[in-house]
Amino acid sequence: MRRRNGLSTVVRKELRRFFTDRRMVFTTVFLPAVMIFVIYSLIGSVMANINSVSPDYQAKAYVVGLPAELAPLAQAAGLRLQPVDAGQIDAIKAQIADKTSDLLVVFPDGFSAEVAAGLAAAGQPAAGQAADGLGTPQVEVYFNSTRTESTQQYGLMTGLLDSYKNSLAPLFTVNSAAGGGYDLASQEDTSGMVLSALVPLLVLIFLFTGTIGVTPESIAGEKERGTIATILVTPLARWQLALGKVVSLSCITLLSGLSSFVGVMLSLPRILGSASGSLNVAAYSLGDFALLLGVILSTVLVLVGLVALLSALARTVREASTYATPLMLVIMLIGVLGMFSQGASGSPAVYLIPVFNSIQSMIGIFSFTVSPLLVIQTIGVNIVVAGLCVLALTRMFGSERIIFSH
Amino acid sequence: MPALIEVQKITKAFRLSAKQKRIEHTQQTLRVAVDGLSFAVESGEIFGLLGPNGAGKTTTLRILSTLIKPDSGDALVDGKSIIREPEAVRARIGFLTSELKLEEFFTPDYLFDFFASLHRLDPGTASRRKAALFERFGIDEFSGTKVANLSSGMKQKASLAISIAHDPNIVIFDEPTNGLDVITAKTVTDYLEELCAAGKTVILSTHIFSLVEKLCHRVGIIIDGRLVASGGVAEVSDGLSLEDRFFELYVKHSAEAPR
Repeated sequence: MRRRNGLSTVVRKELRRFFTDRRMVFTTVFLPAVMIFVIYSLIGSVMANINSVSPDYQAKAYVVGLPAELAPLAQAAGLRLQPVDAGQIDAIKAQIADKTSDLLVVFPDGFSAEVAAGLAAAGQPAAGQAADGLGTPQVEVYFNSTRTESTQQYGLMTGLLDSYKNSLAPLFTVNSAAGGGYDLASQEDTSGMVLSALVPLLVLIFLFTGTIGVTPESIAGEKERGTIATILVTPLARWQLALGKVVSLSCITLLSGLSSFVGVMLSLPRILGSASGSLNVAAYSLGDFALLLGVILSTVLVLVGLVALLSALARTVREASTYATPLMLVIMLIGVLGMFSQGASGSPAVYLIPVFNSIQSMIGIFSFTVSPLLVIQTIGVNIVVAGLCVLALTRMFGSERIIFSH
Repeated sequence: MPALIEVQKITKAFRLSAKQKRIEHTQQTLRVAVDGLSFAVESGEIFGLLGPNGAGKTTTLRILSTLIKPDSGDALVDGKSIIREPEAVRARIGFLTSELKLEEFFTPDYLFDFFASLHRLDPGTASRRKAALFERFGIDEFSGTKVANLSSGMKQKASLAISIAHDPNIVIFDEPTNGLDVITAKTVTDYLEELCAAGKTVILSTHIFSLVEKLCHRVGIIIDGRLVASGGVAEVSDGLSLEDRFFELYVKHSAEAPR
C-alpha cells in the first residue's frame, strides 16, 4: 500500500463515517426518495379526488320551466334534470346550501317566446334593453361551489346554455373546429415551461436540505465533541482539513439531493396528472445534462461551503442549525423568485450572484433558452465562492476562538 | 545537554466576551493568559509545569503544539519555529490532553490507522506500531470496539496510543491523568517513565505534586501567566516539600499581582 496524502485521508474518513452509519445512510439517502414519492403521490391522489366525481354518482339536479328545445340538449350533455314547480325553489336552494342537492335551474315564464322575440328584434333592441340587459330573459342557475358534484353540474349547465345561446345568434365562434390544434406550443416548450418552473426550486430545496443534514454534524459536531482539535495537532495542513470536509460533505449532499430528485421524478406524473403527458425529458441533449450537472455540482459546493462556515462559528450542532435558518430562508426566496420569473435572465451581472445564478442557469437549461457561456460563468463564480469559503474555513480552523469555543 | 524546546518570551491574551465581563465583574477587554513566558527543555528530560487553574499552563501547551498562535514571542521545537513551521512542529510532537477526544463512532483500530496516515506513516510501520502500543496498553482486545462503547479508562489509553502513533521524540501531556481511575492513571505514569527511559523529551502539566517529584527532572511554576520559579525539583523546592514551596510562591505572587 502506498502512503496517502492528508486530503484524501480526511475525505475517506468523512465518507467512511457516513457510509458505515446505516441509520445515517438510510435517513439521508433512501428516506428522502421514499418519503417524497409517498407524500407527493398521496398529494396527487388527494388533488385528483378533490376535482373528480365518481361516474356512478347520481346528481340531484332540478329545473323549473325547462324549454322543450333544451331538453334533448341537456340529456346529451349528461344532465338529468328533474322538473319541479316554482313553489319548491326555496326548499331546493336550502338543500343545495346544505349540500344535499346539487343544482337548480330556473327558467323564467315564457323564456322561449322572449328569446324568439329578442332574435326577431336583433339589431334593433328597444332603448334600455341592450344597455343594461333589463327585459332580457334571465336564467338562474343555483349551485354550491364548495361541493365538487355541484360545481361539475353547474359547469355542464352553463356550458350548455352558452352553446345554446351561440347557436341562436352565431355572430362568431372561437376555436370551434373539431380537431382543435390551436395551441402551437411544441411538446418541448410545454415540457420546458413545466420543468423550468418546478425543478430548479425543488433541486435547490433538496440540495440545501441535504447540506443541513450532514454539514453541521461534521463540523460543529466535531467541535462540540472535541475531536477536531485531535486532528489539528497532526501535521495535516488546515487547508487540507477544510477542503477535505467540503469535498466529502458535497459528495454526501449530492447523494442526498439525487435521492430526493429521484423521488420527485417518480412522483411528478402523479402530481401533475394529465399535464404530465406533455413532459418530455428526452428533448434535452447530452450537453444540456452536462451543463445541469455542472451547475448542480458547483451549487452544492457553495451551499456546503456556506453552511460549513456557519457550522464552524457555532459551538454546537443545534446552534449551527439555528444559524443556518436565515440562510435557508434566503435560499428558498431565491428559489421561489426563480419559479415565478419569465424565463432565464440574459444579463451577465445576474450570473455573478451565487445560488441565484444557479437558479437562472437551471431555468435557462430547462426552458431551452440556455446560454452556455452564462452557465459556464455560473459554474466559475460558484467554484470561486466555494474556494473563498474553503479559505475562510482554513483560517477559522487556525483560530482558537473558533476551535475552543465549545 | 542541548535544549530541544526553547520557549522565547511568548505572550497570549484573550478577548473577554460581554458575558465573561459580566460574570467576572470586570471592565477589562483582554485577559493575559501567558505573559512573556520563557523556558527551555533539554533533550531526554521530563519537564513539569505546575500552576493553579487559569495560570496559563494549558494555553502554553496549546501554543507549543501549534493549536493556537501566540500574540508575540516564538518557540523552537527541535529547531522548528511554531510560527513559521507549524506543520513540521506537529510532525515532531505527540500531544495528549483530556480535552482532545476520539470520534466515538470509530474503533481504536481505524482511528490509529487514520492518525498514522495523517502523520504520514507508511502502512507497514503503522501496523507494527499499532500492534506494539495496543499490546502495551491492553487495547488489542477492544481494538474493534467503537470508542463510544469503551470505558473512560480504555478511551484514555486509546488516546495515548494514538497520540504517539508516529513515535515522536517530544511528548506533551496536559494533565493526562485527569479524571482517570488509579489503575489507568498508573498505566499512564508508568508509560511516562518508559518514554523517559527511551530518551524521549516530555513536558508534563499536572496538579499532582507527587507525580512531579517522582518523574520530573526539572519543573517550572506558572502563576498568572508568568514563570515564577524554574529549575531542578530540589532547587525549586528550596528545602521545603514541592507542595509547600508552591503555596508559598502562590501566596507571594498573588499578593503582588495587579488587581
